[in-house]
Amino acid sequence: MKWIAATPLVALLLLLPFFAGDFYVNLASQILIAAIFALSLNLLVGYGGMTSLGHASYLGVGAYISALLTSRYGFGHGPAAIISITGTIAMAAFFGVIALRATGLGFLMITLALSQVLWGLAYRMSNVTNGDNGIAGLTRPMPFGISLDSAASFYRFALLVAAVAFLMMAIFVSSSFGSSLKGVRDQPRRMAALGFNPWMIRWITFIYAGFWGGVSGLLYVYYNKYIHPTSLSITSSAEALLGVIAGGSGTLGGPVVGAALVLLLKNYASAYLERWNMLLGLVFLFIVLMMPTGIVPGLARLMTRLRRGLR
Amino acid sequence: MQFWIIQGLNSLSLGGLLFLLSSGFSLIFGLMRLANLTHGAFFMLGTYFGATALRAFDGLNIWVTALGAGIAVAAIGGLFERLVLTRLKTNPLGQVLVTLGMSFIISDACLMLWGGDSIPVPTPQNLQSPTRVFGFVFPTYRLVLVGCAIGAAIALYFLLERTRLGAMIRAGVDDRQMARAVGIPVSNLFTVVFCLGAGIAGAGGVLGGPILSAYPGLDADMLPLALIVVILGGIGSLLGAFIGSFIIGLIYTFGTALFPELAYIILFLPMIFVIAFRPQGLFGRVGA
Repeated sequence: MKWIAATPLVALLLLLPFFAGDFYVNLASQILIAAIFALSLNLLVGYGGMTSLGHASYLGVGAYISALLTSRYGFGHGPAAIISITGTIAMAAFFGVIALRATGLGFLMITLALSQVLWGLAYRMSNVTNGDNGIAGLTRPMPFGISLDSAASFYRFALLVAAVAFLMMAIFVSSSFGSSLKGVRDQPRRMAALGFNPWMIRWITFIYAGFWGGVSGLLYVYYNKYIHPTSLSITSSAEALLGVIAGGSGTLGGPVVGAALVLLLKNYASAYLERWNMLLGLVFLFIVLMMPTGIVPGLARLMTRLRRGLR
Repeated sequence: MQFWIIQGLNSLSLGGLLFLLSSGFSLIFGLMRLANLTHGAFFMLGTYFGATALRAFDGLNIWVTALGAGIAVAAIGGLFERLVLTRLKTNPLGQVLVTLGMSFIISDACLMLWGGDSIPVPTPQNLQSPTRVFGFVFPTYRLVLVGCAIGAAIALYFLLERTRLGAMIRAGVDDRQMARAVGIPVSNLFTVVFCLGAGIAGAGGVLGGPILSAYPGLDADMLPLALIVVILGGIGSLLGAFIGSFIIGLIYTFGTALFPELAYIILFLPMIFVIAFRPQGLFGRVGA
């Protein structure tokens, strides 16, 4: 039943480039990238109970490594992608060891501090990262000789990656490992008493989330062909977290919806407003105060209530 | 030799400034179990208030300005606590997120009101002449700032350890439920402590103005420093904030002077060591 309902959506996603203009196709590509990023953060926030405010580190570092390797050191896109994903995973493993010494607010503060350090580095190490000017003039890869320079072809590429990411993360959370992760989120001491290793479960999840963060970073830099320290900033982490929470953390659909909403809001707002941050802050206040469990669980609750009413 | 002494004094003054920033953060965290991510924005707001007042009225006393800006920022903090944070008592994650949202709002409002250019804050005239320390000239104002931080530390110590209000705050930190049960109005205490923390940050912002000047992004520069200080010193500990501030001041100043591009990495090394070997921080009692 659920799968039949999803068919029109899948068809819409596949056929989008045939009827929508380039502007909307590009917008859709950006939404897909933001969705992968939000989904990876959701593994930590929603399923692991680890609220990270430094997830932009993985997007930013993944993007920066690829950008530096391809533009400055003459690497091809293939090896650059592999190195950048490996680098991101290594960084996630290292940051995980540090941040997972604490839980709750301590975890949040450490992840935030770590990502701010990276952001500061990206600004200050201008001989490597080009500082505030960012790295421009990047290219998109050509997987199997197919050029991704048109809006439609890049969209299909992003859709493929997003579909794989969505499936892989869905499998991850519904696997037995995913169940133990939810167990550690809710009852860490009981899980430890049952013989699980909560720290290891959190750490593996942290690395896995970092991996998908790095993948979204690669797409991000391919799409923009440009990278700037703001991609590592707290605003970038906060946008993703807002997407996760607005959509509904701990659900698979929620972060996708939330990320799409945040991105659309940002796009439309920037057409009329110069100041996105103010609006972002206000939306944060609104979401947390008015719908703390997010849109998707809120709607789901509404649907069940309606169904019960009909019976 | 001159380099070491001058930079040593510089690091002391930065440490003093960091204490004014992080003591409030630490106090708020200790009592309310709230990571107040608006703290950098409160600091920046203080700097902008100070810059505006000191440039508008020639010869205005910086101490009066700091007091005024502190009260103004405390009032803004108090309103925010009463109107927003109290509604989220049962939702600690939500509280952190609204403080983050609030910091975006404040920093954007500052950009809107004061523009994107940095605004220098004049050093008070009577403190402009340099002092000779061990035969080396050094800006007097920076030395006064260290004294100021030490004064604030002593005042906070007496407030917490020697007054009735302090006793109530300590009771709230130790056991909130029990404090409520014996009739301490913990909810009002929250407001008082939040105002106090915001006020110290605001006043610190004014005092830091002549060194840092007011610019957009000051909040994002200061917040991680405050976080690192309290993670290092121990969250909720005043002594930890004090020691942590001077350690970070030292490391950051020498790091910037010796390895300008790596200063941020050097900054983060002590934090890693402390987290690895003593996760509750140097003087912290509770793991966060």
